[in-house]
Amino acid sequence: MKAVITVTGRDVVGIIAKVSSACAENHANIVDISQSVIDEYFAMIMVVEIDQIAVDFTQFVDRMETLGRENGLVIHTIHEDVFNAMHHI
Amino acid sequence: MLNMNDILETIHMIEGENLDIRTITMGISLLDCVSEDDDRFCDKIYDKITKKAERLVAVGEEIEKMYGIPIVNKRVSVTPIAIAGGALSRDGFVKAAKTLDRAADTLGINFIGGFGALVHKGFTPGDRNLLAAIPQALTETGKVCSSVNVASTKAGINMDAVRQMGDIIRETAYLTRDNDSIGCAKLVVFTNVPEDNPFMAGAFHGVGEPDTVINVGVSGPGVVASAIKRAGDCDFSALADIIKKTAFKITRMGQLVAYEASRRLDTPFGIVDLSLAPTPAIGDSVAHILEGMGLEQCGAHGTTAALALLNDAVKKGGVMASSHVGGLSGAFIPVSEDQGMIDAVSAGSLTLDKLEAMTAVCSVGLDMIAIPGDTPADVICGIIADEISIGVANTKTTAVRVIPAWGKKPGDVVSFGGLLGYAPVMKLNEKSPAAFIARGGRIPAPIHSLKN
Repeated sequence: MKAVITVTGRDVVGIIAKVSSACAENHANIVDISQSVIDEYFAMIMVVEIDQIAVDFTQFVDRMETLGRENGLVIHTIHEDVFNAMHHI
Repeated sequence: MLNMNDILETIHMIEGENLDIRTITMGISLLDCVSEDDDRFCDKIYDKITKKAERLVAVGEEIEKMYGIPIVNKRVSVTPIAIAGGALSRDGFVKAAKTLDRAADTLGINFIGGFGALVHKGFTPGDRNLLAAIPQALTETGKVCSSVNVASTKAGINMDAVRQMGDIIRETAYLTRDNDSIGCAKLVVFTNVPEDNPFMAGAFHGVGEPDTVINVGVSGPGVVASAIKRAGDCDFSALADIIKKTAFKITRMGQLVAYEASRRLDTPFGIVDLSLAPTPAIGDSVAHILEGMGLEQCGAHGTTAALALLNDAVKKGGVMASSHVGGLSGAFIPVSEDQGMIDAVSAGSLTLDKLEAMTAVCSVGLDMIAIPGDTPADVICGIIADEISIGVANTKTTAVRVIPAWGKKPGDVVSFGGLLGYAPVMKLNEKSPAAFIARGGRIPAPIHSLKN
């Protein structure tokens, strides 16, 4: 199973590193990253595998959200089921 | 395979267009709580409700976190109390309402529905006692919702019940006069009432339902409005297609949440109600969808046609997205809960007569409409009889939730707070239908009810 992590906020050094480290610490394997910076505004969508994550998925969601708050970013982590349900028959 | 554009579209729907799951409602049968002793009945229903729905709020919050979509309300509907508590006295029913309120507080839910009766063909003694208890019950509780089904296409219209409801609505308005007559916002008069509706104030758990069930109501007027805006100048076939595709996506979300809630609560999945339910929030209005189709303001001539197109396309789009569709399923047009409707009424563009016409093609009826506080009961009965006739003749659900705002005149504003919003008091036709209403008895079922 996969989850989608979206990260938005003002661009500073090390955002990808921090988010990637948090994924690694929680055993979430990154399989895709799409990222861009427009007018100092950072936006990233990351797809991670969550089959092996170290904690319950809702705890993982909380941890990523907290990481965002601590770094002035907005981080949402959403289970892939939502996108599959909405866009695939 | 996850596609970046799909991901962005979904996230934009949730964050920019107010897409949410409006409610997860657990239906609970109280038929095994029957007792002729008030206290025993109340103890049994409290225990059953708080046990069966113990994890409802927690599970709702878990799913909200997992899927990143707001689940605005977690609610409970129960067997009509007039049926489960058929042996109770009037005071016993008031006690039962307070017990339901206490159970709602314990569970942390915002409304509990089912303090009602089905009297489309006549009254049992329990029905009469419950009806007599409604004004006091709605005054002395905060979260209890009441609905009374006074007609059906099969049975015709119980005009004695309609007459009683006029008095009950007035008395409830008077008793809750210090709070803008808010008691009436929790009381709906129905025809052809669905037994699996998850939305308040009309939700109850029908007698043909299982012991417990999960019903989910989706929303998303903002998503539909944005899709129409993006489509720009297109013809009606294209417009209907856009609404269908959007309704499909919204409903798929509802189906996913319903399935997950059912699994986690180990409770059978009932239905998804694919309604467009507005809120007073900006960008969450059904009226703005109609205006987006090309009307200068909601209420203009053409509004009924626009609403008919919308309602039909929502159903067609949603029906394939869910394994079981039910409840009300269509566009809601509550005045106080929809900023576009409020504006249209304030501007004089939307009148009660136009709203009545709109209810012939939408999913419910005259909903959350503030009327002058000195409106006689007979006039309220006339409003109910007209609206109910539309439902009976068209084999559809219609309902009336009007609030005679005590001490208020047309043009004044009443405020209910939260999702219930605020409403300008609407002007009514003041001619009296008293002699018509006073005839009593039943209006016979229409000829097309004889389908067997």
